[in-house]
Amino acid sequence: MSAIVDTLRLTAEEAIGLVERGDVSATELHAAYLDAIEERDAELHAYLRTVDEADGTSIPIALKDVISTKGVETTAGSKILSGYVPVFDATVATRCRDAGLTLLGKTNTDEFAMGSSTENSAFGPSRNPWDPSLVPGGSGGGTSAAVTAGLAPWGLGSDTGGSIKQPSALCGNVGLRPTYGTVSRYGVVAFASSLDQVGPVAKNVRDVALLYSIIAGRDPEDSTTVELPGAVVLPQEDRLEGLRVGVPRQATELEAIEPGVRAAFDVALTRLEELGAEVGECELPRAFDYGIACYYLIATAEASSNLARYDGVRYGPRSEGTTYREMVERTRDEGFGDEPKRRIMLGTYALSAGYYDAYYGQAQKVRTLIVREHADVFGRFDVLATPTSPTVAFPIGHKAADPLAMYACDLLTIPSCLAGLPGLNVPCGFSEGLPVGLQLIGPQLSENTLFRAGHALERSLGLDLVPERLRT
Amino acid sequence: MAIDREQLLHVAHLARLELRDEELERLGAQLNDILDAVSKVSELDLADVPPTSHPLALVNAWAEDVPRDPLPLDDVFANAHAREGDLFRVPPTA
Repeated sequence: MSAIVDTLRLTAEEAIGLVERGDVSATELHAAYLDAIEERDAELHAYLRTVDEADGTSIPIALKDVISTKGVETTAGSKILSGYVPVFDATVATRCRDAGLTLLGKTNTDEFAMGSSTENSAFGPSRNPWDPSLVPGGSGGGTSAAVTAGLAPWGLGSDTGGSIKQPSALCGNVGLRPTYGTVSRYGVVAFASSLDQVGPVAKNVRDVALLYSIIAGRDPEDSTTVELPGAVVLPQEDRLEGLRVGVPRQATELEAIEPGVRAAFDVALTRLEELGAEVGECELPRAFDYGIACYYLIATAEASSNLARYDGVRYGPRSEGTTYREMVERTRDEGFGDEPKRRIMLGTYALSAGYYDAYYGQAQKVRTLIVREHADVFGRFDVLATPTSPTVAFPIGHKAADPLAMYACDLLTIPSCLAGLPGLNVPCGFSEGLPVGLQLIGPQLSENTLFRAGHALERSLGLDLVPERLRT
Repeated sequence: MAIDREQLLHVAHLARLELRDEELERLGAQLNDILDAVSKVSELDLADVPPTSHPLALVNAWAEDVPRDPLPLDDVFANAHAREGDLFRVPPTA
Protein backbone atom coordinates (compact mmCIF):
# COMPACT_ATOMS: atom_id res chain seq x y z
CA MET A 1 0.00 0.00 0.00
CA SER A 2 2.86 2.38 0.75
CA ALA A 3 3.61 2.50 -2.96
CA ILE A 4 0.47 4.62 -3.43
CA VAL A 5 1.93 7.69 -1.80
CA ASP A 6 5.33 8.87 -0.67
CA THR A 7 4.41 9.80 2.90
CA LEU A 8 7.87 11.29 3.42
CA ARG A 9 7.14 14.27 1.21
CA LEU A 10 3.35 14.42 1.11
CA THR A 11 1.96 17.58 2.70
CA ALA A 12 -1.44 17.52 4.40
CA GLU A 13 -2.86 19.83 1.74
CA GLU A 14 -1.64 17.49 -1.01
CA ALA A 15 -3.01 14.49 0.86
CA ILE A 16 -6.42 16.15 1.18
CA GLY A 17 -6.29 16.79 -2.58
CA LEU A 18 -5.61 13.11 -3.24
CA VAL A 19 -8.58 12.05 -1.13
CA GLU A 20 -10.93 14.68 -2.53
CA ARG A 21 -10.10 13.73 -6.11
CA GLY A 22 -10.64 10.09 -5.26
CA ASP A 23 -7.05 9.15 -6.15
CA VAL A 24 -6.78 7.44 -2.80
CA SER A 25 -9.37 6.62 -0.14
CA ALA A 26 -9.17 7.64 3.51
CA THR A 27 -8.73 3.96 4.35
CA GLU A 28 -5.87 3.51 1.88
CA LEU A 29 -4.13 6.64 3.08
CA HIS A 30 -4.47 5.54 6.71
CA ALA A 31 -2.99 2.16 5.76
CA ALA A 32 -0.11 3.82 3.89
CA TYR A 33 0.86 5.74 7.02
CA LEU A 34 0.53 2.61 9.15
CA ASP A 35 2.93 0.90 6.72
CA ALA A 36 5.39 3.76 7.10
CA ILE A 37 5.06 3.51 10.87
CA GLU A 38 5.63 -0.25 10.68
CA GLU A 39 8.73 0.37 8.61
CA ARG A 40 10.33 3.22 10.54
CA ASP A 41 8.87 3.61 14.00
CA ALA A 42 10.60 0.67 15.66
CA GLU A 43 13.67 2.89 15.47
CA LEU A 44 12.07 6.27 16.21
CA HIS A 45 9.41 5.38 18.80
CA ALA A 46 7.32 8.39 17.84
CA TYR A 47 4.08 6.53 18.62
CA LEU A 48 2.92 5.00 21.87
CA ARG A 49 0.06 3.28 20.03
CA THR A 50 -1.63 3.36 16.66
CA VAL A 51 -5.22 2.91 15.54
CA ASP A 52 -5.80 0.12 13.01
CA GLU A 53 -8.87 1.37 11.19
CA ALA A 54 -9.55 4.73 9.57
CA ASP A 55 -12.61 6.21 11.29
CA GLY A 56 -13.05 9.27 9.06
CA THR A 57 -13.38 10.40 5.48
CA SER A 58 -10.31 12.58 5.15
CA ILE A 59 -6.61 12.32 5.98
CA PRO A 60 -5.01 10.95 9.16
CA ILE A 61 -3.70 12.88 12.15
CA ALA A 62 -1.39 12.03 15.05
CA LEU A 63 -2.33 13.32 18.48
CA LYS A 64 0.07 13.83 21.34
CA ASP A 65 -0.78 11.46 24.14
CA VAL A 66 -1.95 14.24 26.45
CA ILE A 67 -5.08 14.65 24.30
CA SER A 68 -8.01 12.51 25.49
CA THR A 69 -9.36 10.18 22.84
CA LYS A 70 -12.52 8.24 23.60
CA GLY A 71 -11.83 4.52 23.68
CA VAL A 72 -8.10 4.95 22.92
CA GLU A 73 -5.66 4.75 25.83
CA THR A 74 -4.24 8.14 26.85
CA THR A 75 -1.26 8.11 29.22
CA ALA A 76 0.46 11.51 29.02
CA GLY A 77 3.68 9.49 28.94
CA SER A 78 3.18 8.50 32.57
CA LYS A 79 2.95 5.18 34.36
CA ILE A 80 0.33 6.75 36.62
CA LEU A 81 -2.08 6.89 33.67
CA SER A 82 -1.14 3.58 32.08
CA GLY A 83 -4.27 1.73 31.07
CA TYR A 84 -6.40 4.88 31.26
CA VAL A 85 -9.01 4.84 28.50
CA PRO A 86 -10.91 8.15 28.27
CA VAL A 87 -14.69 7.97 28.14
CA PHE A 88 -14.87 11.26 26.22
CA ASP A 89 -12.94 13.09 23.52
CA ALA A 90 -11.00 16.30 24.07
CA THR A 91 -12.62 19.16 22.14
CA VAL A 92 -9.65 19.29 19.76
CA ALA A 93 -10.09 15.56 19.05
CA THR A 94 -13.81 16.15 18.40
CA ARG A 95 -13.01 19.00 16.02
CA CYS A 96 -10.53 16.84 14.11
CA ARG A 97 -13.13 14.09 13.91
CA ASP A 98 -15.79 16.57 12.73
CA ALA A 99 -13.40 17.64 9.96
CA GLY A 100 -13.22 14.03 8.81
CA LEU A 101 -9.68 13.42 10.06
CA THR A 102 -8.84 9.87 11.07
CA LEU A 103 -6.94 9.20 14.28
CA LEU A 104 -3.69 7.52 13.29
CA GLY A 105 -2.29 7.14 16.78
CA LYS A 106 -1.07 8.71 19.99
CA THR A 107 2.43 10.12 20.07
CA ASN A 108 5.11 9.98 22.71
CA THR A 109 5.72 12.80 25.14
CA ASP A 110 7.78 13.59 28.18
CA GLU A 111 5.76 12.57 31.23
CA PHE A 112 2.93 15.10 31.64
CA ALA A 113 4.62 17.14 28.89
CA MET A 114 7.43 17.98 31.33
CA GLY A 115 10.69 17.98 29.45
CA SER A 116 12.59 19.05 26.36
CA SER A 117 13.73 15.72 24.91
CA THR A 118 10.98 13.03 25.46
CA GLU A 119 13.54 11.22 27.62
CA ASN A 120 11.17 11.70 30.55
CA SER A 121 8.53 9.48 28.94
CA ALA A 122 7.81 6.50 31.18
CA PHE A 123 7.65 4.44 27.98
CA GLY A 124 11.12 5.26 26.64
CA PRO A 125 12.45 8.14 24.55
CA SER A 126 11.60 9.02 20.95
CA ARG A 127 14.46 9.53 18.54
CA ASN A 128 15.32 12.20 16.00
CA PRO A 129 14.65 11.19 12.36
CA TRP A 130 17.82 13.06 11.27
CA ASP A 131 19.96 10.91 13.55
CA PRO A 132 18.41 8.35 15.92
CA SER A 133 21.20 8.83 18.45
CA LEU A 134 19.82 12.33 19.06
CA VAL A 135 16.71 13.56 20.86
CA PRO A 136 13.78 14.90 18.82
CA GLY A 137 13.19 17.63 21.39
CA GLY A 138 10.29 17.69 23.78
CA SER A 139 7.94 17.39 25.21
CA GLY A 140 6.22 16.86 21.86
CA GLY A 141 9.07 14.84 20.36
CA GLY A 142 6.71 12.08 19.25
CA THR A 143 4.46 14.26 17.09
CA SER A 144 7.41 16.17 15.71
CA ALA A 145 9.44 13.06 14.82
CA ALA A 146 6.34 11.51 13.24
CA VAL A 147 5.72 14.52 10.97
CA THR A 148 9.36 14.77 9.86
CA ALA A 149 9.70 11.03 9.23
CA GLY A 150 6.50 10.85 7.16
CA LEU A 151 4.67 8.86 9.84
CA ALA A 152 1.81 11.38 9.87
CA PRO A 153 0.88 14.22 7.53
CA TRP A 154 0.33 16.42 10.55
CA GLY A 155 -0.33 16.27 14.25
CA LEU A 156 -1.24 18.10 17.39
CA GLY A 157 1.08 18.89 20.24
CA SER A 158 0.72 20.88 23.43
CA ASP A 159 2.99 23.70 24.48
CA THR A 160 3.50 25.04 27.99
CA GLY A 161 6.99 26.54 27.67
CA GLY A 162 8.13 25.35 24.24
CA SER A 163 6.89 21.78 23.80
CA ILE A 164 5.64 22.40 20.25
CA LYS A 165 8.16 24.95 18.99
CA GLN A 166 11.36 23.37 20.31
CA PRO A 167 10.78 19.84 18.92
CA SER A 168 9.75 21.40 15.61
CA ALA A 169 13.06 23.23 15.56
CA LEU A 170 15.05 20.10 16.40
CA CYS A 171 13.23 17.90 13.83
CA GLY A 172 12.92 20.51 11.07
CA ASN A 173 9.19 21.09 10.68
CA VAL A 174 6.67 23.84 11.36
CA GLY A 175 4.94 24.12 14.73
CA LEU A 176 2.58 26.72 16.10
CA ARG A 177 2.00 27.53 19.72
CA PRO A 178 -1.24 29.50 19.36
CA THR A 179 -2.31 32.54 21.35
CA TYR A 180 -3.39 31.41 24.80
CA GLY A 181 -7.14 30.90 24.80
CA THR A 182 -7.66 30.32 21.10
CA VAL A 183 -7.62 26.52 21.35
CA SER A 184 -9.67 24.54 23.86
CA ARG A 185 -7.90 22.70 26.67
CA TYR A 186 -10.99 20.62 27.47
CA GLY A 187 -9.91 16.98 27.71
CA VAL A 188 -6.22 17.80 27.53
CA VAL A 189 -4.21 16.39 30.43
CA ALA A 190 -3.34 19.51 32.42
CA PHE A 191 0.21 20.52 33.30
CA ALA A 192 0.12 24.30 33.94
CA SER A 193 -3.29 25.72 33.17
CA SER A 194 -2.36 29.37 32.62
CA LEU A 195 0.27 28.31 30.06
CA ASP A 196 -0.88 25.10 28.33
CA GLN A 197 -1.96 25.47 24.69
CA VAL A 198 -2.64 22.85 22.03
CA GLY A 199 -1.27 23.57 18.57
CA PRO A 200 -0.54 22.10 15.15
CA VAL A 201 2.65 20.58 13.77
CA ALA A 202 3.10 19.97 10.02
CA LYS A 203 5.55 20.01 7.13
CA ASN A 204 4.83 23.59 6.11
CA VAL A 205 3.15 26.78 7.23
CA ARG A 206 0.02 26.40 5.09
CA ASP A 207 -0.70 23.00 6.63
CA VAL A 208 -0.22 24.45 10.10
CA ALA A 209 -2.62 27.29 9.29
CA LEU A 210 -5.18 24.84 7.92
CA LEU A 211 -5.04 22.64 11.01
CA TYR A 212 -5.20 25.71 13.25
CA SER A 213 -8.41 26.74 11.46
CA ILE A 214 -9.88 23.33 12.33
CA ILE A 215 -9.10 23.37 16.05
CA ALA A 216 -9.27 27.07 17.02
CA GLY A 217 -12.15 29.07 18.43
CA ARG A 218 -14.25 29.36 21.53
CA ASP A 219 -15.35 26.19 23.29
CA PRO A 220 -18.15 26.35 25.86
CA GLU A 221 -16.36 23.54 27.74
CA ASP A 222 -13.31 25.75 28.36
CA SER A 223 -14.16 29.14 29.79
CA THR A 224 -10.67 30.49 29.06
CA THR A 225 -11.25 30.25 25.29
CA VAL A 226 -12.05 33.14 22.98
CA GLU A 227 -13.49 33.40 19.48
CA LEU A 228 -10.97 34.28 16.78
CA PRO A 229 -11.27 37.92 15.65
CA GLY A 230 -11.35 36.84 12.01
CA ALA A 231 -10.95 33.86 9.73
CA VAL A 232 -7.65 32.02 9.51
CA VAL A 233 -6.02 33.02 6.21
CA LEU A 234 -3.98 30.39 4.38
CA PRO A 235 -0.85 32.33 3.42
CA GLN A 236 -0.04 32.84 -0.26
CA GLU A 237 2.12 35.93 -0.55
CA ASP A 238 5.82 35.60 -1.27
CA ARG A 239 6.78 39.16 -0.33
CA LEU A 240 6.92 40.82 3.07
CA GLU A 241 6.92 44.53 2.26
CA GLY A 242 5.86 46.59 5.25
CA LEU A 243 6.46 43.84 7.82
CA ARG A 244 8.46 45.13 10.77
CA VAL A 245 10.59 42.41 12.37
CA GLY A 246 12.16 43.03 15.77
CA VAL A 247 15.17 41.04 16.95
CA PRO A 248 15.57 41.11 20.74
CA ARG A 249 19.21 41.86 21.46
CA GLN A 250 19.17 39.78 24.65
CA ALA A 251 18.00 36.73 22.74
CA THR A 252 20.72 36.83 20.13
CA GLU A 253 23.55 37.71 22.53
CA LEU A 254 22.99 34.66 24.72
CA GLU A 255 26.16 32.65 25.15
CA ALA A 256 24.14 29.46 25.08
CA ILE A 257 23.38 29.90 21.37
CA GLU A 258 25.61 27.67 19.24
CA PRO A 259 27.57 29.46 16.50
CA GLY A 260 25.96 27.29 13.80
CA VAL A 261 22.49 28.19 15.05
CA ARG A 262 23.36 31.87 15.08
CA ALA A 263 24.77 31.67 11.57
CA ALA A 264 21.63 30.03 10.15
CA PHE A 265 19.48 32.55 12.01
CA ASP A 266 21.48 35.48 10.61
CA VAL A 267 21.10 34.17 7.07
CA ALA A 268 17.35 33.93 7.58
CA LEU A 269 17.19 37.52 8.88
CA THR A 270 18.97 38.71 5.76
CA ARG A 271 16.47 36.73 3.71
CA LEU A 272 13.57 38.41 5.53
CA GLU A 273 15.07 41.78 4.55
CA GLU A 274 15.45 40.64 0.94
CA LEU A 275 11.77 39.72 0.98
CA GLY A 276 10.96 43.32 1.86
CA ALA A 277 10.69 43.19 5.65
CA GLU A 278 12.30 45.85 7.84
CA VAL A 279 14.48 44.19 10.45
CA GLY A 280 15.48 46.14 13.57
CA GLU A 281 16.83 45.51 17.04
CA CYS A 282 14.77 45.68 20.21
CA GLU A 283 15.18 45.08 23.93
CA LEU A 284 13.52 42.47 26.14
CA PRO A 285 15.89 42.45 29.13
CA ARG A 286 13.59 41.11 31.87
CA ALA A 287 11.98 38.53 29.61
CA PHE A 288 15.23 36.77 28.87
CA ASP A 289 16.99 37.36 32.22
CA TYR A 290 14.09 36.30 34.41
CA GLY A 291 11.86 34.26 32.09
CA ILE A 292 13.10 30.81 33.05
CA ALA A 293 13.05 31.51 36.80
CA CYS A 294 9.55 32.98 36.52
CA TYR A 295 8.33 30.05 34.42
CA TYR A 296 9.68 27.31 36.66
CA LEU A 297 7.91 28.83 39.65
CA ILE A 298 4.55 29.42 37.98
CA ALA A 299 4.45 26.23 35.92
CA THR A 300 5.48 24.02 38.83
CA ALA A 301 3.03 25.68 41.21
CA GLU A 302 0.20 25.04 38.77
CA ALA A 303 1.47 21.52 38.10
CA SER A 304 1.54 20.66 41.80
CA SER A 305 -2.14 21.55 41.94
CA ASN A 306 -3.14 19.86 38.66
CA LEU A 307 -1.32 16.64 39.47
CA ALA A 308 -2.99 16.35 42.88
CA ARG A 309 -5.80 14.44 41.13
CA TYR A 310 -3.67 11.33 40.57
CA ASP A 311 -4.52 9.41 43.68
CA GLY A 312 -5.22 5.86 42.54
CA VAL A 313 -8.96 6.26 43.14
CA ARG A 314 -10.72 7.29 39.94
CA TYR A 315 -8.20 6.16 37.35
CA GLY A 316 -4.73 4.76 36.93
CA PRO A 317 -2.94 1.99 38.78
CA ARG A 318 -3.08 1.80 42.55
CA SER A 319 -0.35 0.78 44.93
CA GLU A 320 -1.48 -1.07 48.03
CA GLY A 321 -1.56 0.59 51.44
CA THR A 322 -3.25 -0.18 54.72
CA THR A 323 -4.78 3.29 54.96
CA TYR A 324 -6.16 5.67 52.35
CA ARG A 325 -3.31 8.07 52.89
CA GLU A 326 -0.64 5.39 52.61
CA MET A 327 -2.24 4.11 49.42
CA VAL A 328 -2.31 7.60 47.87
CA GLU A 329 1.28 8.44 48.82
CA ARG A 330 2.58 5.10 47.57
CA THR A 331 0.57 5.27 44.35
CA ARG A 332 2.05 8.68 43.61
CA ASP A 333 5.57 7.66 44.54
CA GLU A 334 5.46 4.60 42.31
CA GLY A 335 3.39 6.19 39.53
CA PHE A 336 5.24 9.45 38.90
CA GLY A 337 8.72 9.62 37.40
CA ASP A 338 11.46 11.92 38.63
CA GLU A 339 10.58 15.03 36.62
CA PRO A 340 6.94 15.29 37.77
CA LYS A 341 8.13 14.59 41.32
CA ARG A 342 10.70 17.40 41.14
CA ARG A 343 8.11 19.78 39.78
CA ILE A 344 5.42 18.78 42.25
CA MET A 345 7.90 19.28 45.09
CA LEU A 346 9.13 22.64 43.81
CA GLY A 347 5.58 23.85 43.10
CA THR A 348 4.29 22.70 46.48
CA TYR A 349 7.19 24.46 48.18
CA ALA A 350 6.65 27.66 46.19
CA LEU A 351 2.99 27.70 47.25
CA SER A 352 3.51 26.68 50.88
CA ALA A 353 2.93 28.93 53.88
CA GLY A 354 5.84 31.28 54.45
CA TYR A 355 7.23 30.96 50.92
CA TYR A 356 4.23 31.87 48.75
CA ASP A 357 4.96 35.60 48.51
CA ALA A 358 8.69 35.20 47.91
CA TYR A 359 8.33 32.62 45.16
CA TYR A 360 4.93 32.20 43.51
CA GLY A 361 3.72 35.73 44.27
CA GLN A 362 6.97 37.30 43.10
CA ALA A 363 6.98 35.18 39.92
CA GLN A 364 3.49 36.42 39.07
CA LYS A 365 4.77 39.99 39.30
CA VAL A 366 7.75 39.18 37.09
CA ARG A 367 5.22 37.77 34.65
CA THR A 368 3.56 41.20 34.55
CA LEU A 369 6.91 42.80 33.62
CA ILE A 370 7.37 40.27 30.84
CA VAL A 371 3.86 40.95 29.51
CA ARG A 372 4.54 44.71 29.56
CA GLU A 373 7.94 44.42 27.87
CA HIS A 374 6.41 42.50 24.99
CA ALA A 375 3.52 44.95 24.69
CA ASP A 376 6.07 47.79 24.42
CA VAL A 377 8.06 46.24 21.58
CA PHE A 378 4.89 45.42 19.64
CA GLY A 379 4.29 49.16 19.46
CA ARG A 380 7.19 49.27 16.99
CA PHE A 381 7.29 45.79 15.48
CA ASP A 382 4.75 43.42 13.94
CA VAL A 383 6.68 40.28 14.83
CA LEU A 384 9.79 39.29 16.75
CA ALA A 385 12.35 36.80 15.52
CA THR A 386 14.79 34.70 17.54
CA PRO A 387 16.34 31.29 17.14
CA THR A 388 13.82 28.78 18.55
CA SER A 389 16.37 26.61 20.33
CA PRO A 390 19.88 27.65 21.37
CA THR A 391 21.21 24.34 20.04
CA VAL A 392 20.51 21.74 17.40
CA ALA A 393 19.36 18.27 18.48
CA PHE A 394 21.63 16.84 21.20
CA PRO A 395 22.54 13.23 22.03
CA ILE A 396 20.14 11.10 24.04
CA GLY A 397 21.40 11.03 27.63
CA HIS A 398 23.38 14.24 27.24
CA LYS A 399 21.27 16.39 29.58
CA ALA A 400 19.10 13.74 31.22
CA ALA A 401 20.90 13.85 34.58
CA ASP A 402 20.98 17.65 34.85
CA PRO A 403 17.51 19.19 35.22
CA LEU A 404 18.79 22.77 34.95
CA ALA A 405 20.63 22.06 31.68
CA MET A 406 17.41 20.57 30.31
CA TYR A 407 15.35 23.58 31.47
CA ALA A 408 17.75 25.89 29.58
CA CYS A 409 16.65 24.29 26.28
CA ASP A 410 13.56 26.50 26.49
CA LEU A 411 15.39 29.72 27.24
CA LEU A 412 14.15 31.33 24.03
CA THR A 413 10.63 29.87 23.85
CA ILE A 414 9.53 30.51 27.43
CA PRO A 415 9.21 34.33 27.68
CA SER A 416 6.50 34.68 25.03
CA CYS A 417 4.60 31.74 26.54
CA LEU A 418 4.38 33.62 29.83
CA ALA A 419 2.84 36.54 27.95
CA GLY A 420 0.30 34.29 26.21
CA LEU A 421 1.70 35.14 22.78
CA PRO A 422 1.61 32.98 19.67
CA GLY A 423 4.87 31.60 18.33
CA LEU A 424 5.68 29.81 15.11
CA ASN A 425 8.76 27.69 14.46
CA VAL A 426 9.94 27.81 10.86
CA PRO A 427 13.01 25.83 9.73
CA CYS A 428 15.65 28.35 8.68
CA GLY A 429 18.76 26.32 7.82
CA PHE A 430 21.14 23.65 9.01
CA SER A 431 24.05 23.38 11.41
CA GLU A 432 26.19 20.25 11.52
CA GLY A 433 23.70 18.71 9.10
CA LEU A 434 20.83 19.20 11.55
CA PRO A 435 17.86 21.54 11.24
CA VAL A 436 17.82 24.98 12.87
CA GLY A 437 14.53 26.72 13.67
CA LEU A 438 13.56 30.36 13.66
CA GLN A 439 10.88 31.47 16.08
CA LEU A 440 8.42 34.16 15.02
CA ILE A 441 6.50 35.76 17.91
CA GLY A 442 3.54 38.09 17.46
CA PRO A 443 1.04 39.95 19.61
CA GLN A 444 -1.98 38.01 20.84
CA LEU A 445 -4.24 36.81 17.99
CA SER A 446 -1.69 37.68 15.30
CA GLU A 447 -1.51 34.13 13.89
CA ASN A 448 -2.31 35.28 10.35
CA THR A 449 0.72 37.60 10.40
CA LEU A 450 2.94 34.77 11.63
CA PHE A 451 1.62 32.51 8.88
CA ARG A 452 2.28 35.15 6.24
CA ALA A 453 5.84 35.78 7.41
CA GLY A 454 6.62 32.10 7.94
CA HIS A 455 5.23 31.09 4.57
CA ALA A 456 7.22 33.69 2.64
CA LEU A 457 10.39 32.72 4.51
CA GLU A 458 10.03 28.96 3.99
CA ARG A 459 9.20 29.41 0.31
CA SER A 460 12.18 31.64 -0.21
CA LEU A 461 14.60 29.35 1.66
CA GLY A 462 13.32 26.24 -0.10
CA LEU A 463 15.00 23.82 2.32
CA ASP A 464 14.77 20.07 1.82
CA LEU A 465 13.40 18.98 5.18
CA VAL A 466 13.37 15.26 4.56
CA PRO A 467 16.25 13.82 6.62
CA GLU A 468 19.08 12.73 4.35
CA ARG A 469 19.13 9.21 5.73
CA LEU A 470 15.48 8.72 4.73
CA ARG A 471 15.75 10.13 1.20
CA THR A 472 15.40 7.55 -1.51
CA MET B 1 17.82 29.40 50.53
CA ALA B 2 18.39 25.69 50.97
CA ILE B 3 15.74 23.11 51.82
CA ASP B 4 16.86 20.75 54.57
CA ARG B 5 15.70 17.19 55.03
CA GLU B 6 12.98 18.13 57.49
CA GLN B 7 11.47 20.70 55.12
CA LEU B 8 11.74 18.23 52.28
CA LEU B 9 9.71 15.69 54.26
CA HIS B 10 7.17 18.38 55.08
CA VAL B 11 6.77 19.34 51.41
CA ALA B 12 6.55 15.67 50.39
CA HIS B 13 3.84 15.25 53.00
CA LEU B 14 1.90 18.25 51.63
CA ALA B 15 2.28 16.83 48.11
CA ARG B 16 1.24 13.32 49.19
CA LEU B 17 4.43 11.75 47.93
CA GLU B 18 5.99 8.90 49.87
CA LEU B 19 9.59 9.56 48.90
CA ARG B 20 12.09 6.84 49.71
CA ASP B 21 15.40 7.72 51.39
CA GLU B 22 17.38 7.41 48.19
CA GLU B 23 14.90 9.72 46.42
CA LEU B 24 14.99 12.26 49.23
CA GLU B 25 18.71 12.55 48.85
CA ARG B 26 18.75 12.79 45.06
CA LEU B 27 15.71 15.01 44.61
CA GLY B 28 16.74 17.13 47.58
CA ALA B 29 20.08 18.02 46.02
CA GLN B 30 18.48 18.76 42.63
CA LEU B 31 15.72 20.82 44.23
CA ASN B 32 18.25 22.98 46.01
CA ASP B 33 20.03 23.67 42.72
CA ILE B 34 16.75 24.51 41.01
CA LEU B 35 15.60 26.67 43.90
CA ASP B 36 18.86 28.53 43.74
CA ALA B 37 18.24 29.29 40.06
CA VAL B 38 14.58 30.32 40.40
CA SER B 39 15.35 32.52 43.44
CA LYS B 40 16.63 34.98 40.85
CA VAL B 41 13.12 36.47 40.82
CA SER B 42 13.78 37.95 44.26
CA GLU B 43 16.46 40.27 42.82
CA LEU B 44 13.76 42.57 41.51
CA ASP B 45 11.93 45.13 43.61
CA LEU B 46 8.35 44.67 42.46
CA ALA B 47 6.38 46.11 45.36
CA ASP B 48 4.25 48.25 43.02
CA VAL B 49 3.76 45.70 40.26
CA PRO B 50 0.45 43.81 40.16
CA PRO B 51 0.60 40.03 39.70
CA THR B 52 -0.47 38.32 36.46
CA SER B 53 -2.34 35.08 37.02
CA HIS B 54 -3.62 34.68 33.50
CA PRO B 55 -2.45 35.93 30.11
CA LEU B 56 -5.86 36.94 28.76
CA ALA B 57 -7.83 39.88 30.08
CA LEU B 58 -11.06 37.89 30.30
CA VAL B 59 -13.61 38.98 32.88
CA ASN B 60 -16.70 36.99 33.80
CA ALA B 61 -16.87 34.27 31.16
CA TRP B 62 -20.53 33.46 31.64
CA ALA B 63 -22.27 30.38 30.32
CA GLU B 64 -25.94 29.58 30.01
CA ASP B 65 -27.09 27.28 32.78
CA VAL B 66 -28.35 24.48 30.59
CA PRO B 67 -29.03 21.10 32.24
CA ARG B 68 -27.36 18.18 30.50
CA ASP B 69 -27.19 14.47 31.07
CA PRO B 70 -24.23 13.58 33.26
CA LEU B 71 -21.77 10.84 32.31
CA PRO B 72 -23.37 7.40 32.74
CA LEU B 73 -22.18 5.86 36.03
CA ASP B 74 -20.53 2.95 34.24
CA ASP B 75 -18.42 5.49 32.36
CA VAL B 76 -17.55 7.30 35.58
CA PHE B 77 -16.26 4.05 37.07
CA ALA B 78 -14.77 2.67 33.86
CA ASN B 79 -11.20 3.49 34.91
CA ALA B 80 -11.56 3.06 38.66
CA HIS B 81 -9.32 0.63 40.49
CA ALA B 82 -12.13 -0.57 42.74
CA ARG B 83 -15.88 0.05 42.68
CA GLU B 84 -18.44 -0.91 45.24
CA GLY B 85 -21.96 -0.23 44.06
CA ASP B 86 -21.96 3.42 43.03
CA LEU B 87 -18.95 4.31 45.16
CA PHE B 88 -15.18 4.28 44.69
CA ARG B 89 -13.71 1.75 47.06
CA VAL B 90 -10.60 2.87 48.98
CA PRO B 91 -8.69 1.65 52.07
CA PRO B 92 -9.86 2.96 55.46
CA THR B 93 -9.11 6.66 56.00
CA ALA B 94 -7.82 6.07 59.52
